[in-house]
Amino acid sequence: MSEGNGNNPGGVTSMAHSPVPDENLGKSDRMAKLKIFRGDAEGGEEVDYEIPLIEGMVVLDAVLAIQAEQAPDLAVRWNCKAAHCGSCSAEINGRPKLLCKSRVEEYDGAEIHVGPMRAFPVIKDLVSDVSWNYEVSKGITPFTTSEQAPFTMYEEDVERLYEPKRCIECFMCQDVCHVLRTHHKHAQFAGPRFFVRNQWLEMHPMDEADRLPDLKEDNGIGYCNITKCCTEVCPEHIHITDNAIIPLKERLVDRYYDPIAKLLGLFSAKSK
Amino acid sequence: MVELQRDGQNGGREAYETREHDVLIIGAGGAGLRAAVAAAEHGLSVGIVTKSLLGKAHTVMAEGGIAAAVGNVDADDSWRQHFIDTMRSGKFLNNWQMVETFTKEAPERVYELEQWGALFNRTPQGKISQRPFGGHTYRRLCHVGDRTGLELIRTMQEKVLATDAEVYMETTITKLFKKEGRVVGALAYTRENGKFVHFKARAVIMATGGWGRIFKVTSNSWEGTGDGVVLGYDAGAELVDMEMMQFHPTGMVWPPGVRGLLVTEGVRGEGGLLRNSEGARYMENYDAEKMELSTRDVVARANYTEVQEGRGSEHGGVYLDITHLGYDGIMKKLPTMYEQFLKLADIDISREPMEVFPTVHYTMGGIKIHPETAASSVPGLYAAGEVAGGLHGANRLGGNSLSDLLVFGRRAGEGASAYIEESVHSAEIDESEVLTEIGRVLEPLEKKEEGESPYLIQQQLQEVMMEHANLMRDGDSLKEGLGKILALKDRLPQISVPGSRLFNPGWHTAQDVRYLVQISEIIIRTALERKERRGAQWRLDYDGPDEELGKINFIVTKDGQGEIGIERREIPPMPEHLASLVEEAKAKA
Repeated sequence: MSEGNGNNPGGVTSMAHSPVPDENLGKSDRMAKLKIFRGDAEGGEEVDYEIPLIEGMVVLDAVLAIQAEQAPDLAVRWNCKAAHCGSCSAEINGRPKLLCKSRVEEYDGAEIHVGPMRAFPVIKDLVSDVSWNYEVSKGITPFTTSEQAPFTMYEEDVERLYEPKRCIECFMCQDVCHVLRTHHKHAQFAGPRFFVRNQWLEMHPMDEADRLPDLKEDNGIGYCNITKCCTEVCPEHIHITDNAIIPLKERLVDRYYDPIAKLLGLFSAKSK
Repeated sequence: MVELQRDGQNGGREAYETREHDVLIIGAGGAGLRAAVAAAEHGLSVGIVTKSLLGKAHTVMAEGGIAAAVGNVDADDSWRQHFIDTMRSGKFLNNWQMVETFTKEAPERVYELEQWGALFNRTPQGKISQRPFGGHTYRRLCHVGDRTGLELIRTMQEKVLATDAEVYMETTITKLFKKEGRVVGALAYTRENGKFVHFKARAVIMATGGWGRIFKVTSNSWEGTGDGVVLGYDAGAELVDMEMMQFHPTGMVWPPGVRGLLVTEGVRGEGGLLRNSEGARYMENYDAEKMELSTRDVVARANYTEVQEGRGSEHGGVYLDITHLGYDGIMKKLPTMYEQFLKLADIDISREPMEVFPTVHYTMGGIKIHPETAASSVPGLYAAGEVAGGLHGANRLGGNSLSDLLVFGRRAGEGASAYIEESVHSAEIDESEVLTEIGRVLEPLEKKEEGESPYLIQQQLQEVMMEHANLMRDGDSLKEGLGKILALKDRLPQISVPGSRLFNPGWHTAQDVRYLVQISEIIIRTALERKERRGAQWRLDYDGPDEELGKINFIVTKDGQGEIGIERREIPPMPEHLASLVEEAKAKA
């Protein structure tokens, strides 16, 4: 093997990681000003914070800097900081946002109000109790097949599944959905996230389960009146309304409300 | 008396809940979830504890793919070739029995994911597609775009939700309990409200991932604080290869807030080129044969060297160029990378190159496990995934971690189940142990006077590790670093945090820094012992690999005085059928 080992050429030392000294990285003379909700289930209020603005800074960077230097008990949920995991969902100026993907500069001049997602109970500061979503997920019939992997499936059979599979479960579509946020139909309505999950399950070429009865009853898809709020906030750019909710609604219509299909339905249990 | 304790505020003592499971799994990444499925299939009661929400574990950050010799694209691939590639990359420090098990079982685990609903990109023949990756002889990484980890964890998450396993989200373990030499449970607190839970369990599976957070520039999330390896060490488990930290060659460098964020090796897998400020494809000076697809240790050192020798980019990195794929190609193969650079760095990677630099990514070392059962050296304690050591030796191949999670996650679940089925031991412990631990965990909150900030200690520790235990190391600097770490250790008892127990990150960080300091000390001490250049351990004060050191692993255990004990342990010789594979490969090279 001809593996070069990068042996120790002249200038290499163990001492420095990056030639740009940390203290000079992206410094500016401007300040980032945030109004962050501090409180819990009982209530709370916005508190003003200021920290030096660093070039390219996202709101999560600012919140974590405030946490480390000014407010050690400031609660925020985050993990990957790269918009892959969907943990740091909160609201900026009343709109659901991933804090790790929202640049401070985007709000140039405007006030930045940061608060928790409001369609769920507030735990503390920027953290809401999203456990209800996991309960809904548990109720959905999982992938079911009698076929044995490895499957033979072609790109054209599956390419429409890649979109719903991108979902990172940030639950911002749930947060913005007025059926949940305004009308509190959590008990009767699964929410956009779970229509997206139903979509790929129902469209997977090998899946054999029938989820339409659940979609109609337990998941209450009928409550959705396709205002597309969910699609607008999706950080993965999933066309939730057009590609998940509407096709599922159409299947329900075909199954339950179309007189010819209803007649045929007497002979076939599931139309895929 | 027990009743009173559990009921509440009696005599000023702490209330806590008790939960009982046959198997307690700590960590809900790919390994923990796969272990849970295995144990649940045995009809056992399973509890899974995770510091985050379900589905957010670091597995989700794996991008490039899952390595398994299914041979869909290159029919000549085999477990044998995967074995050779893995051993070579690990510089033969790997536990060869683990590597054999791993390479043989990886294909089965991939197909099992597909059986459970995971979706991979397809070949024209309708099979799972595979892409090339550094150090893999054949195109071997089953993938879906650049979000394979998301597909894996979501599939496992939905599989687990369909079992009776109970998931305790946003819950942190602080100590393992032992009785008569066996691990029989753990103490936890809930992050939401700081309530304590005593988990009684007849076996515990550690699946907590790595400890990249000991470095400032890392691809790891806040969770990567190495809880599991220290919990295991404190319980008496042997650790192996702790000096081996993987620096991923390509992390983001600009803007400052994203420094260290991962740029998938999939970029190089899809033909991405590395260039320095002079426009030269410098990899030809480091590995002319494999070029950009050399192993991670080699590419990371090359990138580091180019920058240090003055051929770096504007912000102190090197250039990684994928523009030849064009917008459409990138959106098909690397859509996440496109979005990441556009949103966070204002870079359109279909038009201009990325700036990248090595970032701390993975920990090859960890709890030493039995290659068949994933049992640690302590009865009742099992480990799988990144927290376990031995599979990857001195350098992990990209794509091998996702298959590691599934192969050894399943084996840990099976191993723990078999152990429980063979034994009738009880998980009862003396209650004073629970109360003592609760008292210890509460200390930082109960200090009246202002003490040390856990955030500041964490930050200082990260700076020490960056400066003294980076991807190029030397003895004097390591010793200086050790002194600084020990000084930080002395400050730990003075940590205090304001606020209540309600979702208080300051308090949570106070728990984490104890692990970070302990692990850093172990890494520096073992790095001082390995006086050579091998894989990820690169000592500038030694010229090359040392033949004798190539025959041993450093094993760490907590000694009788509570100090770090380091043992040189010989690697047993390979059996004939594996040794001959290696010989044949050498002859061909």
